[in-house]
Amino acid sequence: MSTLKAATAGSAVAGVHHARVNVRYMRQRLAFAATALSVGLTLGSFFVIVVFMASKGLPVISWEFLTEMPRMGMTAGGIFPAILGTFYLVLGAIAFALPLGVLSAIYLAEYAKQGMLVRIIRVGVNSLAGVPSVVFGLFGLSVFVKFMGFGVSILSGALTLGILILPTIIRASEEALLAVPYSFREASLALGATKWQTVKRVVLPAAVPGILTGCILGIGRAAGETAPILFTAATFYTMHLPSSIFDEVLALPYHIYALMTEGTMIDKQMPIAYGTALVLLFLVLSMNLAAVVIRMNYARKKQW
Amino acid sequence: MAGQEQEGAACPACCFGGVIGGRGKDMFSIKVSSPFPARGTAPGGRTRWVSRQVGDRVIHVLLLSFAFTCIVFLVGIVIVLLMEGLPVLQKLGIAPFILGRDWYPTYEPPSFGALPLVLGSLWVTLGAIIVAVPLGIGAAIYTSQIAGERTREMIKPIVELLAGIPSVVYGFFGMAVVSPLVQRIFDLPTGLTALTGAITLAIMSLPTVVSISEDAITAVPNSYKEASYALGATKWETISRVVVPAASSGIFTAVILGISRAIGETMTVLMVAGNSAIIPRSFLQPVRTMTATIAAEMGEAPVGSDHYHALFAIGILLFLMTLIFNILADFLTRRYKERMGKV
Repeated sequence: MSTLKAATAGSAVAGVHHARVNVRYMRQRLAFAATALSVGLTLGSFFVIVVFMASKGLPVISWEFLTEMPRMGMTAGGIFPAILGTFYLVLGAIAFALPLGVLSAIYLAEYAKQGMLVRIIRVGVNSLAGVPSVVFGLFGLSVFVKFMGFGVSILSGALTLGILILPTIIRASEEALLAVPYSFREASLALGATKWQTVKRVVLPAAVPGILTGCILGIGRAAGETAPILFTAATFYTMHLPSSIFDEVLALPYHIYALMTEGTMIDKQMPIAYGTALVLLFLVLSMNLAAVVIRMNYARKKQW
Repeated sequence: MAGQEQEGAACPACCFGGVIGGRGKDMFSIKVSSPFPARGTAPGGRTRWVSRQVGDRVIHVLLLSFAFTCIVFLVGIVIVLLMEGLPVLQKLGIAPFILGRDWYPTYEPPSFGALPLVLGSLWVTLGAIIVAVPLGIGAAIYTSQIAGERTREMIKPIVELLAGIPSVVYGFFGMAVVSPLVQRIFDLPTGLTALTGAITLAIMSLPTVVSISEDAITAVPNSYKEASYALGATKWETISRVVVPAASSGIFTAVILGISRAIGETMTVLMVAGNSAIIPRSFLQPVRTMTATIAAEMGEAPVGSDHYHALFAIGILLFLMTLIFNILADFLTRRYKERMGKV
């Protein structure tokens, strides 16, 4: 009798327990669905933006669109000067930031002893990375355009963008250098090489893929930034291609902005803006994709 | 034949003896600093070694000076902002500038009150964070804890690509897609509102929130989870009551960096948020942020005018706000790393 009672009581407890477990798993299923939904929305917003730009931009893009000058007050013709302008700006920014960034990274990764000095430099790099892009524009305007007298020009814009991407390049290069195993350095030093010879001929070549990744990310960033070139390099109406580094230029990101906010014939400017946005998006995303692919390949092939 | 052989044998022996005898003391002194007396005769090797060491010192100093350029640029930015911005702050006073309710830079007499712009920035950022934080943390939890290896390797590069989309493209997308939607849904005269700006900005700051909180959640040691499972917790109970709380300061860092990115963002809000410098009261009205004001008005402000200096003064406010958030994030990251390192 008592055993029966105990058994029924036990099964009742088990039933309640079962229900509670079910509730807990229901809750889990709901929560997992919610997190999956947030991933879906995140990835979805990426695909929506890309597909939207592609569907609106592709019909506009033709060989003429990419290689011709704009005509009729920016309401017809191509965007060649903007492509060229962005190319010059990015080239200048990389030429400025890559050597400076890699040398800084070599110091931080190979030479610096942990201490106050290095901490200050690191805080500096991090803080510079966090400065809003429009503040770089103010700096470029005040220093390069006005104080140094470069005017609104490719040179001013490239230098401003160069400072902007410097932290990106330093971080990527430092990470790449630190990933080279210590035994590489020991082997070189044991052969009688000096520290600099070791860095130059052993560590640096081994770190090239990582540095390249940083460089490519820097290119993508510099090509897409608008605010820093707003007052330092970019112009909307120009009828000729730049002839020197002291000329102002059209640039892809600024061109999109100007087409959408300036001028009066928005119906005719809108398609050009779509085409320009697609070109810029393609350029920047292929850079980022290249960086991702290089990193993956590098991680897989690495022998150490 | 035998003589020749002897001569041949004597020579290396002699050299060897010379090396041992001549360099014995050097060997010790060298051992302390560097192992490269290398080949060559003793005196030549010594000078060459010295010159190489001097060369290395020079390179060290050169590299240090290169590494310092970042500091130089940062200090340069601060100096430029102060030099160009302080005149107007001295003229108007700091409190009237920050707390002034009217921004009419081109009126006669002009009025430079930055409060509508500061509140505009905070308002749009608040809206963006309300949308981006739950989504971002949810996505981070899924990516780090729930998704399989292969799904994770699909998600992460796409999040990186999302971060790579230029802000002007987001702005364009906001103008062309989000703004008409907002206008139609809420039946407004214009779709360029704080809400439109907040939504667009939220998409933009999502990658920052996702990737940094994902790193933080992944860094939680497995032993935490195992202990929770051993107590009979379900996977979700483990995630929500053990893993996420343990990663909270890392997630907090992600939120702060997302805020910092949203406050500093220029092109998106310039194109999408409607640009009217009034103190925001709802999300369905146009607002103007600090960044948009600088970008929109710098072209018209005559160099050296009060307006020009006032825009740099806004730059000071903007710089300080993002700096505070970044330093806070830096501090939290370091503390988080220390704590996770001890486990």
